[in-house]
Amino acid sequence: MIPTHFDYARATSLDDAIARLGASAGGAKLLAGGHSLIPLMKLRLSEPTTLIDIARIPGLSGIMEKDGKIQIGAGTTHHAVATSALLTEKCPALADTAATIGDPQVRNRGTIGGSLAHADPAADYPAILVALDAEIHVKGKGGWRSVKASDFFQGLFTVNLQPDEIIAGVHVKPQKAAAYAKLHQRASHFAIVGVGASLEVSGGKISAARVGLTGASTHALRLANVETALTGQALSDATIDAAAAVAGDGLDDLNADIHASANYRRQMIKVFTKRALDAARARA
Amino acid sequence: MATSPVLPKLVGTRVKRREDPRLIQGKGTYVDDLKIAGMQWVAFKRSDVAHGRIVSIDTKAAEAIEGVEAVFTGKQIAEFVKPMPIGTPFPSPEHRVVAVDVVRFGGEAVAVVVARDRYVARDAVDAITVQYDVLPAVVDPEAALEGKPTVIHEQFKNNVAIGPIPGGTGVAPDGSKVDDSAIEKAFKDAEIVISQRMMNQRLAPSAMEPRGVVAHYEAGKGTMTIWSSTQNPHILRTFIAMMNGMGENEVRAIAPEVGGGFGAKINIYAEEYVVAGLSKKLEMPLKWIEDRSEAFVATIHGRDILGYIDLAARRDGTVLGLKMRLIADIGAYNMLLTAAIPTLTMLMANATYAIPAIRVTLTEVFTNKTPTDAYRGAGRPEATYFVERAMDMLARELKMDPAEVKRKNFIPANAFPFHTQMGAVYDSGDYEKALDRALKNAGWEQLKKDRDKAKAEGRLVGLGLSMYVEVCGIGPSASLPTGGWEHAQVTIERDGRITAMTGASPHGQGNETTFAQMLADQFSVPFEHVTILHGDTGVVKQGIGTFGSRSQAVGGAALHMAAGKVKSKMAKFAAALLEAHEDDLVFEDGRISVKGAPAKGRTFAEVASYAYIPVPLPPGLEPGLSDEAFFEPSNNTYPFGCHIALLEIDRDTGEPTLLRLVAVDDAGNLINPLIVEGQIHGGLAQGIGQAMIEEVVYGEDGQLLTGSFMDYAMPRAIDFPRFELDNTVTPTPVNPLGAKGCGEAGTLGSTPAIVSAAVDALSGFGVKHIDMMLRPEKLWRIINGGQA
Repeated sequence: MIPTHFDYARATSLDDAIARLGASAGGAKLLAGGHSLIPLMKLRLSEPTTLIDIARIPGLSGIMEKDGKIQIGAGTTHHAVATSALLTEKCPALADTAATIGDPQVRNRGTIGGSLAHADPAADYPAILVALDAEIHVKGKGGWRSVKASDFFQGLFTVNLQPDEIIAGVHVKPQKAAAYAKLHQRASHFAIVGVGASLEVSGGKISAARVGLTGASTHALRLANVETALTGQALSDATIDAAAAVAGDGLDDLNADIHASANYRRQMIKVFTKRALDAARARA
Repeated sequence: MATSPVLPKLVGTRVKRREDPRLIQGKGTYVDDLKIAGMQWVAFKRSDVAHGRIVSIDTKAAEAIEGVEAVFTGKQIAEFVKPMPIGTPFPSPEHRVVAVDVVRFGGEAVAVVVARDRYVARDAVDAITVQYDVLPAVVDPEAALEGKPTVIHEQFKNNVAIGPIPGGTGVAPDGSKVDDSAIEKAFKDAEIVISQRMMNQRLAPSAMEPRGVVAHYEAGKGTMTIWSSTQNPHILRTFIAMMNGMGENEVRAIAPEVGGGFGAKINIYAEEYVVAGLSKKLEMPLKWIEDRSEAFVATIHGRDILGYIDLAARRDGTVLGLKMRLIADIGAYNMLLTAAIPTLTMLMANATYAIPAIRVTLTEVFTNKTPTDAYRGAGRPEATYFVERAMDMLARELKMDPAEVKRKNFIPANAFPFHTQMGAVYDSGDYEKALDRALKNAGWEQLKKDRDKAKAEGRLVGLGLSMYVEVCGIGPSASLPTGGWEHAQVTIERDGRITAMTGASPHGQGNETTFAQMLADQFSVPFEHVTILHGDTGVVKQGIGTFGSRSQAVGGAALHMAAGKVKSKMAKFAAALLEAHEDDLVFEDGRISVKGAPAKGRTFAEVASYAYIPVPLPPGLEPGLSDEAFFEPSNNTYPFGCHIALLEIDRDTGEPTLLRLVAVDDAGNLINPLIVEGQIHGGLAQGIGQAMIEEVVYGEDGQLLTGSFMDYAMPRAIDFPRFELDNTVTPTPVNPLGAKGCGEAGTLGSTPAIVSAAVDALSGFGVKHIDMMLRPEKLWRIINGGQA
């Protein structure tokens, strides 16, 4: 549990951090809460030459509503997300999700930006952010760009982020009728399977649905067939049961480990899709 | 005359632990806090294969790193550090402190680095390259017993370390005579036989503070001081002296704050011998601190006993006989007490029942895994688990209430001391009282109705009940290779303050508090006036250590005796001062005065001062107030209790949730109920952990798959309901305190109670037994028609 030698620099601004990242020629890593990076460094699975500490960049953390969207700074801790009055009122599923991450120590140090950049296949945020159609705002040398959550997670620990880009924040629309449900892995409290679901309902019918899945595969996915099964249907037990029944169908190469086989995960995708949809429906 | 405030009696009250303010504020001093001028760091290169022949070790690159003092291969270490000694009388293969030719488990050390600091040392470890001729790994203990796929130690045919050793009814104590007639008759007379293979799985002890050693050989003096995160510094001193060709008088062993041991820090480890040996060779102070990844492979594991259990009974629930065939997977080597731990499972096969015939056979087998040794409960949770699960299965088969089947077979309260079929003599007990209290506290009859109602509604709710009896307060000396006594010294200082030394070496048990409570009462002085010293062989003359729930029962008794001697001498000084007879004196509220005439007295401090400046010296007395005692109990103690679990399983996912845990424990007289509850809480956490979430898992190639807390579940508060505790009090006659010990109790009853509750919850699916841990997928498969 002893890392290799590294240098440490504290970035004063986003641009300062971007400049330092660029100058390191790929050797640097950004340090926020450190709850993914430091364990990897201690195991020497990650050996950055420099840590650029972005935890104290002014304005990088905090939650506020602006232009009809809720903006969450990348440096906002899971605990702050879990306990945000604004989120609890306008986007409770996101606060709920944060409250299920790891344990109190992790939630008080880990940040939303760090979790997204690391993109652990069993991380909780990706599933709900896909369901909420969140936008991930990143800044690099070339300026700002915004990436849809469903386009952000690309593979095992792989995200849509250039080497000199930094996640600055996450924007979500206020959305009450959404929920996250997960099967906890009892050691890590990562998700064996986690499903985020969001429903738009008008006149008793589901006008739009988005469902995100984490834990089952290399990275978070949209469950398009579930969304199709929901959209345009009456908001009912029968609709949800039918939609949940097809969750995970067509997914190959599901994760398998000592905690859960691929077959069990396949069944749990259905169970937790139903739970997420039921909970989202209860808020609709 | 100033009157003293009235001092409350402290023994039996909930005094808060005096250790805690320093520990929870980060003000304790642990091994890693020590710094000595010129100290260098030690790090170990460890095998990443489970079984292999070492072809070559290249240390050149490591040696070239700036700040590296020296690099040693196992072969080089073997030139000056002897093979590992063990503490049991069983045959054992040669075990080098650092592997020489063959590695036998993943994590076994193959080379050692000494360097300027911890980071350089680790860099150098990574720069060492080792080539292995990889050999097949033996992982399954039953395959191992057929010599498949290979034999680990040539001279131990079919990987059999020991056995099969028979024990129980008809077996002579030395095993020389085995008469099967009683056990055969029991099974011939049986109307029902319960047979089940049960696995008591391997666990990683996982103390919050990993191990650590600092060794400082001072060549000018020819002495060695060794600081170690150990449960028993005196035993450490004995072995370090022996291994280094030194006298025990030339070695000082110190256990500073120790952040948890759970049995795993009884063992004296290779790292302790290597660091001490290197310090002597290099004549420099050296430090090694285990990291968490190392702790998972290099610190002993616990449990890992497979049992084939057969229980013979009549249809009215009367048990006639019990057979247990035990296979203990002890890993790659024998450590200090490894071989002895499963013999405790044998010893406790009688459990709380008057079983007329028992036959246990024990085989210990080598596999390519981390060696096992003592882990909280050490052999007794396994025995409890096997017997209690079998009793539960019997009750289920007979459609009887498990509480009533157990009650029917209890050793009656008037049968103590009770000689068991296994050769133990249970000191005292009242099992029915503990059962009744637990049933009442749980609301058992209502609980059964609630469960039935929940089941009728489709919920998977189950109830489990477990009795337990354990062997604690270890000695006497016949029960421990190190001797089974404990030592204490009590000194009344010149100012009337008290300094006491105990050979018990507490590391979380709270004895600084409980021992001070005892002395404050015994002398009637303020609690704050008593200091308890421990954990340093340079301060505490003799000792054994803290394990087997013995510190209070044996160490406390020694302290009580030493204090009694000093008190009697102090009374003589007071008698001289007061011109009274010593038998007429009372120690009360910080004063020693004549009974019935409180005005005729002196303060405790005045009498203490007189004892050190005794003018005149009373005839027949030496100056000073200090004395010591060695206490050896006449027998072990046998604490017992009853634990009840209520559990619900999620039908869709198989996830189990523990809803209630009701525990009634009887540890004899309690010095401090608050501390006892804390000990029970900790034990329950680990017992529940074993039942529900903890399991060491190896791959078929011998690779550890649970090598971090990401995969090995450390139980947390979120995993438990609020514990419902209570106790009965059945004092032991084997020590003057009547205290039995409580450190391990929680790990005994909770585990089978939970598994029985899970089986109860899933009984509708035809399941009779479920092996631990209660992995959700395993339960989900049962619900969906598959096998456990």
